[in-house]
Amino acid sequence: MSNSSSTYSISVQASTEHLSEVRDFVAKHASEFGFAPQDVDDIRLAVDEAYTNIIKHAYKNDRQKSVDIELGYNSQKFWISLLDTGDAFDPSNYSKPDVRQKIKEKKRGGVGVYLIRKLMDDVEYQTKGSVNEIRMTKKR
Amino acid sequence: MKNFKINHREVRSYDVLELSGELDAHTASQLENSLKKLIDNEKHHIIVNCEDLDYIASAGLGVFMAYIEDVRSLGGDIKLTNMNPKVYNVFDLLGFPTLYDILEEESDAVEKFDNNESK
Repeated sequence: MSNSSSTYSISVQASTEHLSEVRDFVAKHASEFGFAPQDVDDIRLAVDEAYTNIIKHAYKNDRQKSVDIELGYNSQKFWISLLDTGDAFDPSNYSKPDVRQKIKEKKRGGVGVYLIRKLMDDVEYQTKGSVNEIRMTKKR
Repeated sequence: MKNFKINHREVRSYDVLELSGELDAHTASQLENSLKKLIDNEKHHIIVNCEDLDYIASAGLGVFMAYIEDVRSLGGDIKLTNMNPKVYNVFDLLGFPTLYDILEEESDAVEKFDNNESK
């Protein structure tokens, strides 16, 4: 088995306008990695949710800010990191959403973090200095 | 940016929104505006035909979460039809099939409205 690995990165403005560009970037590399279409779809959605959360929660819709997206893979796994310098997300607040209850209260949102965990094999959050990182991994 | 489009038509007294393209945090406001407009005009029997919807993120699901109670409390419903398996999978991950009327065909939704059936 080869030990070779590849990494790629882009930096995008924190705006929902760039969502499809971000999705296409990760989907292209996930396909090249050899994932089945369902796995590519999972990664595309997980990255969409993570990027949308940064725009809304870390940066509170300040489109002057930017998000760095890095991805890489080796023979066993594919990972994507999104880095921002906004408000840190506290994963201890995370719980499985009760959609029935949310509907009753006419609440939307709050389901993205759960989706990311369902879609990816591993999700880690960390903050170093002013930089927050969410790193999502999917195994081959 | 891939286009997201909504086409509105009427089937008898029911309103059909045909979605096409990609529904995400950028395009969800278009769906929100369309639903609001129908509800403001006292149109509560709404069918959302997803045949040409290629992609949905949770921001899109959120629009359905925000309005379903309003519509149901007024005696109507939002019925979702013709989803491709990829889109259905996202609804399924969050347990929507037990909470929403998700049907194979638009005609199934018309029939259920005719028979006054709800989820």
